[in-house]
Amino acid sequence: MIAEATIRLPFVLFFSAVLFAAGVYGVLARRNAVLVLMSIELMLNAVNLNLVAFAARLGDLAGQVFALFVITVAAAEVGIGLAIVILIYRNRETINVDEVNLLKW
Amino acid sequence: MTAQEVAFVAVALVGTVGALRVVTSRNVVHAALYLVVALAMVAGVYVLLAAEFLAWVQVLIYVGAIVVLLLFSLMLTKAPIGRETLDNQQRGLAAVVGAGVLAGLAFLAQDAFGGVRIALRPVRTAQVGASIFRDFVMPFEVVSVLLLAALVGAIVLARKDEVPSPPPERRVPLFGRREGGAPPEAPVPTAVGGRGAPAPSDQGSAPSGGGEAR
Repeated sequence: MIAEATIRLPFVLFFSAVLFAAGVYGVLARRNAVLVLMSIELMLNAVNLNLVAFAARLGDLAGQVFALFVITVAAAEVGIGLAIVILIYRNRETINVDEVNLLKW
Repeated sequence: MTAQEVAFVAVALVGTVGALRVVTSRNVVHAALYLVVALAMVAGVYVLLAAEFLAWVQVLIYVGAIVVLLLFSLMLTKAPIGRETLDNQQRGLAAVVGAGVLAGLAFLAQDAFGGVRIALRPVRTAQVGASIFRDFVMPFEVVSVLLLAALVGAIVLARKDEVPSPPPERRVPLFGRREGGAPPEAPVPTAVGGRGAPAPSDQGSAPSGGGEAR
């Protein structure tokens, strides 16, 4: 019974692809910077899902450890990103990414 | 389909709906709450893939910490409601790109790993910890330094820069008080001295009284 516990690898990869495509759409279509950050989280989760799936497939724990590192880096990224978003809102009264054009030539 | 695949399809469908609602919802708070659904379903997939420690890390950090951070930033900033204010004009093009990415990844996954199955073996947390501290010690330390740098950076960025401006404002009333408050300074030392003078005398009288009693 335990030996027959299997999952098709493409199922997991499909779910990961859906999450990644949703994240790509969100990053491209959203104007609100916080929503863009949410979409980035979706893409990072898709990557983590692939790492864990291939770690289970190959019987190697390195994939899970890398997923842990990705989660850590994502937490740091969200912290810094939201600090920047709040700073921009304090200075510009908007967090729409197409209205913040200070670094645009 | 095995029982694990049935459970996976159910979890993945809920997660797909959640992820699509995250990027299409017209209310930013609803988007954040749908993000909770999508991330929790990813944690469910981790459980199905026998990565229990990672599933709990996902729940703790993503659902517990990151979504709360996102909700706080939504509350601290203006959160307009409506498709026109949340989405830009390139929505159709973005949908095309997203569908293209999805089609490409799905075709690639099916083409490369069409009949591959994952044999699920339970992974204990001790194995994950041993792998981290045996094979990935250096990245672990680097990640800790990264977290420290992110912590300091976030505090520096989010802090209000009110430190330089108050001193010149405070100096003017301070000088004003000193000019007009020269007489009030005199009673203060006398009051302190008046309080301080009885205290030693009491202390001195107490042992002397004790000595007289003996």
